[in-house]
Amino acid sequence: MSADIRFDTSTHTDIGKVRRWGWWGVVEHRALLLRSYWTTMLLTGIGSPFIYLLGMGVGLGVLVDGGQGIEGVPYLTFLAPALVMATAMQVAAQENTYGVFGGFKWANTFTAMRLTPMSPAQMAVGFQVSVLLRVLPMVFFYMAALWTFRIGEPLRVLLLLPLGTLLSLAVGFAVMAWVATQRDERGQLSFVERFVIVPLTLFSGTYFPLDTLPGYLQPIGWFSPLWHAAELGRTALYGAPMGAWEGVLHIGFLSVLALATAMLSMRTFRARLDD
Amino acid sequence: MVAPVISARSLTKRYGDLVAVDGIDFDIEAGESFGFLGPNGAGKSTTMRMIAATSTRTSGTLTVLGMDTNSHGPEIRAQLGIVPQGDLLDEELRVIDNLVVYGRYFALPRAYVKERAEQLLDFAQLREKRTARVDGLSGGMKRRLTIARGLINNPKVMLLDEPTTGLDPQARHILWDRLFRLKEQGTTLVVTTHFMDEAEQLCDRLVVVDNGRIVAEGSPSSLIRAYSTREVLEVRFGAGRNEAVASSLQGVGERLEALADRVLIYAADGEQALQRVLDLGLDPVASLVRRSSLEDVFLRLTGRSLIE
Repeated sequence: MSADIRFDTSTHTDIGKVRRWGWWGVVEHRALLLRSYWTTMLLTGIGSPFIYLLGMGVGLGVLVDGGQGIEGVPYLTFLAPALVMATAMQVAAQENTYGVFGGFKWANTFTAMRLTPMSPAQMAVGFQVSVLLRVLPMVFFYMAALWTFRIGEPLRVLLLLPLGTLLSLAVGFAVMAWVATQRDERGQLSFVERFVIVPLTLFSGTYFPLDTLPGYLQPIGWFSPLWHAAELGRTALYGAPMGAWEGVLHIGFLSVLALATAMLSMRTFRARLDD
Repeated sequence: MVAPVISARSLTKRYGDLVAVDGIDFDIEAGESFGFLGPNGAGKSTTMRMIAATSTRTSGTLTVLGMDTNSHGPEIRAQLGIVPQGDLLDEELRVIDNLVVYGRYFALPRAYVKERAEQLLDFAQLREKRTARVDGLSGGMKRRLTIARGLINNPKVMLLDEPTTGLDPQARHILWDRLFRLKEQGTTLVVTTHFMDEAEQLCDRLVVVDNGRIVAEGSPSSLIRAYSTREVLEVRFGAGRNEAVASSLQGVGERLEALADRVLIYAADGEQALQRVLDLGLDPVASLVRRSSLEDVFLRLTGRSLIE
């Protein structure tokens, strides 16, 4: 016969601790879920930066550099920081579509957390932090590729980590705020990838400077978190010229987007989880 | 007098025009095993969600452990163990990880959670499934894991929404045994069920709910005493004949219910009633004398069967 459960009266839930640290539980939970995917993560993580940088460098790069590079640097150097940011954006968006929707509908993550003292706001924040578990390794593998190919200054490469984090939070919360309002999956989740992320990648000055686009397409870049992050990335990596106020504007845009959509996400989570 | 653990007055929940819970009053004492018995859609689960402070009430008052559910959700849930109708386990995780991950949502120390999770595996008789993925478990095992999960934070009160719905008889008995043990150790159990046998097995006291209202309250035996006779005679006269024969059975027992498939005759002595049926020259296809149950109470109170 099995043992009876002993009741330990000395350990009780400390509600103050839950308020401060509850969100961390989401990060631990999602880290456990990633455990079964780590080989795939490692392979794509190592593989894609090298394939992209190599392909762009020896292919498109040769063509562009046949002129004189862009902004006075080789094409690969110009492209690399934007590619890192584009990857951060893609991964953040991806995790926040199926991850968030599934958390309400398929995997029960949020609905089960609802039975604990966790607040809906903590779930949204914890989930967003957990997305960094996917984003930051990808950024890191890109950094390793940059070091290997000697692109940019070795120490300045490190700045891509905080930039990738900021971009991931901005894009992640924005996607989350919308996905959390979706009740049924009728294929609209894949719209995020096809009609938001891909166009943003193409029109955000990733592969060429934004001002080479016709004037009427440039506003897409101004409202694209990727453009702001890529511009910051270029200044960080190789010192692309940027005025102080421009820097403030770029960081400000990303921060305000992250904060505003975080508030929106928390509100949606609260409403959705009150039944 | 000790304040009740859970107390509701005129508790109401509306979804648009639908009144799911219609102004109910109840008090649940510490250490008591309390049940909400009623058919599907009676408002039991909605009431449970309001107690768990995951659903905001429309009006009335509701306090759990002395706190208002509308303003103290996290504080209340910190001391509750909740077993929802749909388990809500993480099917991709291993059994043991489901317990640990959940415990961390209460911000309990990792070492404590791990030790407690191991104890709970034994309690839930899932030791040999420790590292199995949840999606491979049987329904009964998942249910026990959900109960174990609900116990990770040493709750004072367990909320169990339809704890054995969908389980086979053996799995139900194992589960009831586990719940008895909790009760013996002083945990307050709040159970919703549409099974009369479950209510009789588990509950010291219960309320019968129908259409969002409480129609009766008491212990299982007192409800049976108040609303039914000691015994019931069930007679079957074959398809389509039951209702026709019922008119000639008036007066055989104290009361009579003609159902589509059988006629229930309520009497203190079922065998005697059967003899009177035979004396009338009626020849039932089958007959059965049994003790009155909560099913009979429900039928008497609402005119309907619990499971429709």
